[in-house]
Amino acid sequence: MSSSAITQADDSKPILGFWIYIMTDCVLFASLFATYAVLFRNTAGGPSGYQLFNLKNVLAETLILLTSSFTCGLAMLAAHRDDRKQTLFWFAVTFALGIAFLAIELTEFRHFVVTGNSWRRSGFLSAFFTLVGTHGLHITIGLMWMVILMWQVLKRGLSRSIIKRLTFLSMFWHFLDIIWIFIFTIVYLRGAIAP
Amino acid sequence: MSEHQRVVVAQHDTARGTLASYVAGYIFAVYLTVTAYLAVYNHLFSNTVLTAVIVGLALVQFIVHMLFFLHLGRETKPRWKLAVALFMIMVVVVLVGGSLWIMSNLNSRMTPTQQNNYMNNQQGI
Repeated sequence: MSSSAITQADDSKPILGFWIYIMTDCVLFASLFATYAVLFRNTAGGPSGYQLFNLKNVLAETLILLTSSFTCGLAMLAAHRDDRKQTLFWFAVTFALGIAFLAIELTEFRHFVVTGNSWRRSGFLSAFFTLVGTHGLHITIGLMWMVILMWQVLKRGLSRSIIKRLTFLSMFWHFLDIIWIFIFTIVYLRGAIAP
Repeated sequence: MSEHQRVVVAQHDTARGTLASYVAGYIFAVYLTVTAYLAVYNHLFSNTVLTAVIVGLALVQFIVHMLFFLHLGRETKPRWKLAVALFMIMVVVVLVGGSLWIMSNLNSRMTPTQQNNYMNNQQGI
């Protein structure tokens, strides 16, 4: 018991390391937010966010991602209980919600591009696609990572090293939800307030 | 030795969430998100106040996520995660605040024609 407690606690170092990575990723997003905040009025005669954004879709995206963050937490609780079935179930739910989020986002992007409002249209749209697209890319990587880890849980069970990897993934996933809160507020809600 | 082990166990156990913390975090977060959405959807305040309100709600939700989903408050001393998070917040404030300050200053001091001439002369753009 005591020796296993000590070896488990050794994971706190890699977890701190991953935490530092996440904090530096926050700085990456902060620079993209700053770029967006500087450029969002520069529509070059094109549409502004006020005309483009569909708030109901965005609220749906936000609630889907928030729920996926919650189910990811439930999956981690199951993993710590050593309950393989529940872990896989809740990660599968998280994965499905992540795909739903990505589908809504890509539909929105596609709609903008086919109506002539791609990133080439204006400074505002360049900054918008860079910021929201970088978040979407992170989500895509998180989903691929989730598939790989679910496969490992299925094949190798909930060993200590796999729980450590799942912990990293869950931290990454919660972090992406935090970034989305600011995209939701600063890009979409702020955009809907005034033209 | 036994004291050392007890400390280690405590550190390990408190780094995790509980069902109650995830449920509470989820309810808070949904409440804050929907409040911000409804405030904008119904245009409850003037533009400036509304912007301040939604940014405030986002910052509250940031703290809720940090505490309930990333368990920042459950860390035992030394609080390295908190230290790194506070450093990150400082860098973000300098980066975003500084960019907006410089760019708005530039914007208010130069006409568009001046900006174009300046870029042509200085940088050959």
